[in-house]
Amino acid sequence: MTDQIDHVPDFDHPDVVLCPGGPLLLRGEHVVQDAEGRQHRTTRPVSAVCRCGKSTDQPWCDGTHKVLPDKLKP
Amino acid sequence: MRIPKARGELSEALAAALHEGTPTAALTAVPATDDADRHLSLWTLYELSYRGFDDVDDELEWQPELLALRRTLERRFEAELREWFSPPELGGPFADALFELIGNDDGASVATFVQREATLDQTLELLRYRTIYHLKEADPTAWVVPRLTTGPKAALMELQYDEYGCGDPNRLHSHLFVRGLDAAGLRSDYGAYVDDVPVEVLMQNNAMTLFGLHRRLRGAALGHLAAFEATSSLPSRRMAQGLGRLGLPAEMIAYYQEHIEADAVHEQLAVRTICGALVHEEPAQAAEVAFGALTCLGLEDRFARRMLADWGAAA
Ligand code: FES
Ligand SMILES: [Fe+2]
Ligand SMILES: [Fe+2]
Repeated sequence: MTDQIDHVPDFDHPDVVLCPGGPLLLRGEHVVQDAEGRQHRTTRPVSAVCRCGKSTDQPWCDGTHKVLPDKLKP
Repeated sequence: MRIPKARGELSEALAAALHEGTPTAALTAVPATDDADRHLSLWTLYELSYRGFDDVDDELEWQPELLALRRTLERRFEAELREWFSPPELGGPFADALFELIGNDDGASVATFVQREATLDQTLELLRYRTIYHLKEADPTAWVVPRLTTGPKAALMELQYDEYGCGDPNRLHSHLFVRGLDAAGLRSDYGAYVDDVPVEVLMQNNAMTLFGLHRRLRGAALGHLAAFEATSSLPSRRMAQGLGRLGLPAEMIAYYQEHIEADAVHEQLAVRTICGALVHEEPAQAAEVAFGALTCLGLEDRFARRMLADWGAAA
């Protein structure tokens, strides 16, 4: 066996997606540690992790980034 | 559910035909009394393809005379929607342009009113009206799946799977609403409040079904989905706060809390991976996506303005 990828996927389907100005999408099951050190297990097929720091539902995005001025958006 | 109470000449004639099981071509010639009559008739015809009615033969779902009436009503409604919600051309990167189109919407909001000042009665009234969609949440969009090519199809299922509780019936979004209704002492049986809802609710519901049932309108269906998801997280937070202020049960608040978090994910999926993939594969659908998005926003604005006016609140 070599480490060559013998199957090139036809479609992009990354595990982690950085949304411009918004959250980080995580596909699959993960445990996410928030800024206070608390651990949160994902519960859905895709989860959105807050990147702007302003969500009141940490560590998850709650859409607050959309009402931030551009310079505060991630 | 039984056939809804007639709201005019057409829905009266339709109810009789459904009841007797003998629709004739003459039905198409019956004039509708008003918008409510017209939209209740279309809603009733559409419902034959969802759960049907206890007092109507299931066989009638595909009855040609009923389909002819449905088509007549649909044509007029679609023409109206296209006239009211004609979208600008989306320029630049597609996802940014779609988020911007949706973000520019400054329609009226019932959630803000519920958060700060609605009475318990007003809030319960709103929850009754919301049953018409929330008890079939995600269902109109499920019809779109087989009309899509691989990329958008997989993307849509990634979102729908979450709406349907990832296979766990206890987590199905419509079931979360059922639990909230039960806890709040409201009826949770399908279609229980259809006789009470204003025409604006029937219009919202009919638009979703129209888009869902026609392959030709798949772009509008997905644009509608994107706008719906992208205007849900923040209003759901306001709803949850309002329900808490009024002392409504935790189960009802939980439905809205779930949507704060779920729809922060769903809006990204709907705009970027679902509509993005559709437009990537079918560039001509971009304008249809925008049309569907404006329809969602515009009909919710009409509903909200109607409710705020009824409640004597400023929009
Ligand atoms: S990234 Fe969405 S609220 Fe922070
Ligand atoms: Fe939902
Ligand atoms: Fe959703």
